[in-house]
Amino acid sequence: MTAGETHRAIEAIFRIERARLIAGLVRIVRNVDLAEELAQDALVIALSEWPRTGVPANPGAWLMTVAKRRAIDAIRRDKMRERKHEEIARELGGAFDGTAEVIEAAMNDDLNDDPGDELLGLIFTACHPVLSADARAVLTLRVIGGLTTEEIARAFLSSEVTIAQRLVRAKKTIGKAGLTFEVPRGADRAARLSSVLEVIYLIFNEGYAATAGDDLVRPSLCLEARRLGRMLAGLMPEDAEVFGLLALMEIQASRLQARIGPDGALVPLTEQNRARWDQLLIRRGLDALARAQALGGDGPYALQAALAACHARVHDWADTDWPHIAALYDRLGAVMPSPIVDLNRAVAHSMAFGPEAGLRLVDEIADAAALRNYAPLPAARGDFLFRAGRRAEARSEFEAAAKLTRNLREAAFLLARADACD
Amino acid sequence: MGSCATATRDLEAAIRAPRLNRQKISQDDVDFRNPVRRCDARPMKPALTRRQTMRVMVIVKATEDSERGFRHTAEEKAMMEAMGRFNDELHKAGIMLHGDGLKPSSQGKRIAFNGPRRTVIDGPFAETRELVAGFWIWEVKDMDEAVAWVKRCPNPMPGPSEIEIRPFYEMADLQPGSDTEDHGKR
Repeated sequence: MTAGETHRAIEAIFRIERARLIAGLVRIVRNVDLAEELAQDALVIALSEWPRTGVPANPGAWLMTVAKRRAIDAIRRDKMRERKHEEIARELGGAFDGTAEVIEAAMNDDLNDDPGDELLGLIFTACHPVLSADARAVLTLRVIGGLTTEEIARAFLSSEVTIAQRLVRAKKTIGKAGLTFEVPRGADRAARLSSVLEVIYLIFNEGYAATAGDDLVRPSLCLEARRLGRMLAGLMPEDAEVFGLLALMEIQASRLQARIGPDGALVPLTEQNRARWDQLLIRRGLDALARAQALGGDGPYALQAALAACHARVHDWADTDWPHIAALYDRLGAVMPSPIVDLNRAVAHSMAFGPEAGLRLVDEIADAAALRNYAPLPAARGDFLFRAGRRAEARSEFEAAAKLTRNLREAAFLLARADACD
Repeated sequence: MGSCATATRDLEAAIRAPRLNRQKISQDDVDFRNPVRRCDARPMKPALTRRQTMRVMVIVKATEDSERGFRHTAEEKAMMEAMGRFNDELHKAGIMLHGDGLKPSSQGKRIAFNGPRRTVIDGPFAETRELVAGFWIWEVKDMDEAVAWVKRCPNPMPGPSEIEIRPFYEMADLQPGSDTEDHGKR
């Protein structure tokens, strides 16, 4: 092995350990920046020692020990004292007497903590609602996903400077808010978890929306998000919505290859070549959904996953189980009220029970502000009318929809439907 | 049905958008995206290949032991348990997609192809060390990560043995002008 290869091998080990390392360190030093620095110091030491000594049997524990020793050194050099003195004293229950030995003892106690719990605590902190949604996503990708600032900047179509500033601000906010890096318990937990899930899904969608783009870094966000989702499922095996989100992402990702046409344009679900769906991901998604449902899953993610699963299970659009989909939209509308869910629900009902059922539901929501100038509303209404034999009315709906869409392809399709009404 | 289906698809995507407050991509998120715009916004080809998560098959090669089949000895049970713990780690790291062990080649068949001819050959097969005893499918960030994980694997066999890592072809590899051949090399 060349020196370069050895370095890369060590860096690969470090990347595997990094998030846990930071999670363990941040519990002690209460400062994300410092924890990252200490972890990085440990890498530097590993890079100088491991080529001589070989990789230790438990590299994670080795890196942690080294990083903690660095933390003590830092304290001894008074680097931390001014900044951290009071916080550490509080952390040690007032027993702080200013000597590194006491801190060392506290650090050794800390070895008994469950590293999974520490990692989960760091995830919950990075996704804390005190931060903006964007800041949460960026911080999560940095400290949990281990992406560099440059990689995050590329992924979010932003500049490195902007991302770096956002990270600094996010860390500062965490410090000011005095967050404890612990897994929330009790009443707080559900709200905090939904913030975590939202961040992971946001990362997923950033990638999903970009799958036709030129830059392959953005689609890799989908994979990053699924990785985070699987990690979370490993850490929270009893939470239905965690598995619901995982199922939703795995099933949506299963269509990634089929949803891009040869010309780079998006291919709608109806026209996708289902043989190109990734059956391995579908199976994983269905397994995760089954787990969510066994845990009582009836939340927004589990329901959306169940909807995605309805499509994933059938090999032909014509075999779609519309009554089941309609029932799932009924339920989704109840737990996650939104005019867009309602519109989807109307479409599902029209497919399951006929165009009149769709018309009835769509007329109930026609005035919703969120649907004003929203092309799919008249498009759906036009389709219901067409199928109900009310051709003239259908025509004007299709024409209205064509005027609203900004997509030329879509507009041409809608105008063709309008012409077919004669 | 066409437009109705269109509506369904639009909406499926749109359910996500409002929840996530995406100003930047909301119009791309649904159907109205214009791929040209994104290309214009970022004319540069991605220089980073390291961060494209890749799928690998990790192949546990057979040995004389594995070809004899699983025996319920204390040693083999202990090995299975160690492997179970390793599998837990893979799951928790979020890289595990699938994995299984295979029965000895004595229970397998080969079908030989030659022009129009198909000849079925019953196992067991010679060249034990080239046979497959088990496999995983992982999603990793690069080959270095896959190697680092394989090194953590407990001994899969009582004696000396080998594990092989083979990357999958990805969608990007099959697109003209893709620069992903060096996927695993960074």
